[in-house]
Amino acid sequence: MIEDLNLAAEALSEVSTEATTEKISIGEAAGTAVFGYAVVFAGLIVLMILLYCTGAYFKSKEAKQKAAAEAEKKAAPAIAAPAPAAEVKLAPGSAGHVKLFDVPDKEAAMIMAIVADKMQKPLNELHFISIKEVK
Amino acid sequence: MDVLDTLETLWNSSGFKSFFVGEGWKNLIMIFVSCLLLYLGIKKKFEPLLLVGIAFGCLLVNLSYFAGGDTGDALYHMDLWDNFLDETHPDYHSYGAIMAHGGLLDILYIGVKAGVYPSLIFMGVGAMTDFGPLISNPKSLLLGAAAQMGVFLAFFGAVCLGFTGNEAASIGIIGGADGPTAIFLTTKLAPHLLGAIAIAAYSYMALIPMIQPPLMRLLTTEKERKVKMEQSRTVSKTEKIIFPIIVAMFVILLLPSTAPLVGCLMLGNLWRECGVTERLSDTVQNALMNIVTVFLGISVGATTAASRFLSLETIKIVALGLTAFCFSTIGGLLVGKLMYKLSGGKINPLIGSAGVSAVPMAARVSQMEGQKANPKNFLLMHAMGPNVAGVIGSAIAAGFLLAVFK
Repeated sequence: MIEDLNLAAEALSEVSTEATTEKISIGEAAGTAVFGYAVVFAGLIVLMILLYCTGAYFKSKEAKQKAAAEAEKKAAPAIAAPAPAAEVKLAPGSAGHVKLFDVPDKEAAMIMAIVADKMQKPLNELHFISIKEVK
Repeated sequence: MDVLDTLETLWNSSGFKSFFVGEGWKNLIMIFVSCLLLYLGIKKKFEPLLLVGIAFGCLLVNLSYFAGGDTGDALYHMDLWDNFLDETHPDYHSYGAIMAHGGLLDILYIGVKAGVYPSLIFMGVGAMTDFGPLISNPKSLLLGAAAQMGVFLAFFGAVCLGFTGNEAASIGIIGGADGPTAIFLTTKLAPHLLGAIAIAAYSYMALIPMIQPPLMRLLTTEKERKVKMEQSRTVSKTEKIIFPIIVAMFVILLLPSTAPLVGCLMLGNLWRECGVTERLSDTVQNALMNIVTVFLGISVGATTAASRFLSLETIKIVALGLTAFCFSTIGGLLVGKLMYKLSGGKINPLIGSAGVSAVPMAARVSQMEGQKANPKNFLLMHAMGPNVAGVIGSAIAAGFLLAVFK
């Protein structure tokens, strides 16, 4: 089996212009099949590791941003006067970020759905900062 | 004007007469086959976008090309392509000869031969695919890899049945359940088998809802199928933009022969995700994809001339293709079961079968089977991870086979 694997590896590394249109032995075919399956696995495992690394980087970045935002929030009441921020209603279902000014929840949801539809984007990919009624 | 002479001339030049000369009866069989494929595509909706084109290409070539007869008016000429591949012939690798002497389908087929259409289709697939589920759960890549088992088992089976290495590699890739990849590899390694392999690949892809469920139920327990998976994390826009760049760099450096397929797949996806090329993404997903589908279908169908298609080899290819599909499904399910055990029952093994590419059909089958076991189960997004991983996996498998046998 190891010999077959070597044969397959040699075939892969060999730079040859000659087309291999002849029949191959069953042993050689078994070796190539096992080696090929292993290459697919190895390639995708390395890709998986790369994705975990980038994922971990972005997760830690996101966590840092969250922590910074929380720290800012905590520091804010001590410096600025309280009032308006506390009165702002948070709309449910939109990660709690959208600020509503004189707009009922139902209307806000409808506006967000219409915007998502017009932009041809899924709603969960859009970030609404605030919705304000223009009087 | 002698009416009888004119009638005789008309009769001699007509295709009707050709049915009764030499092996012309084979064309008649192929015309029935093409009508059957048209029925399956139109009535049964078996991959209609491609199968209708392939079936009509098959019809056209068998109405106009009679082996041994006058092929002057034929839309596709097998003999021209034989010369194109014959190193000793003056027309070896001469697209000029094809352009000068070929019919309409010969000229359209140049796009298949040069590997242009499958790569452009991959560009469209990339622009239509959301890799978010895969990025949020990179373990899915293992399922995509496992589901390539059928490719290599069918390759081995084909060698055992007497096919050459090149032919066996082209037959094996049917198990990748990825039409453009199968066409791309076959055109490079065994162009004479293109018709049979393309028809087998697309027919089995359409039959996935019938092929996979019995295997899924056979290899998983009721308890495993009922597993409800946790929601994956949200993937940021930046991650989605970086993903195609990383995959293209890594996979192409690993296997340069995958560059046309993986390069186009990832370019299409980058256009989709980067947010500044919406027009291009839209064109690739719709207009370009449709145009290439028209050319690809009809020119692949043209390779099914009766004199080549009706052979024992075709039956073997159809049988090996089915074996490849089944074993790819089994490979994905087995690794899915392993992940179920290792995760302490958190992963539903049904998502493993989606590792065969066939996007999004295979993922839908996982969703349907999961919901049959537990109506509150929503596996679709979890199954999309292995499903798109399968596309990358089959491209790597094709790249490996190309590197070994080209």
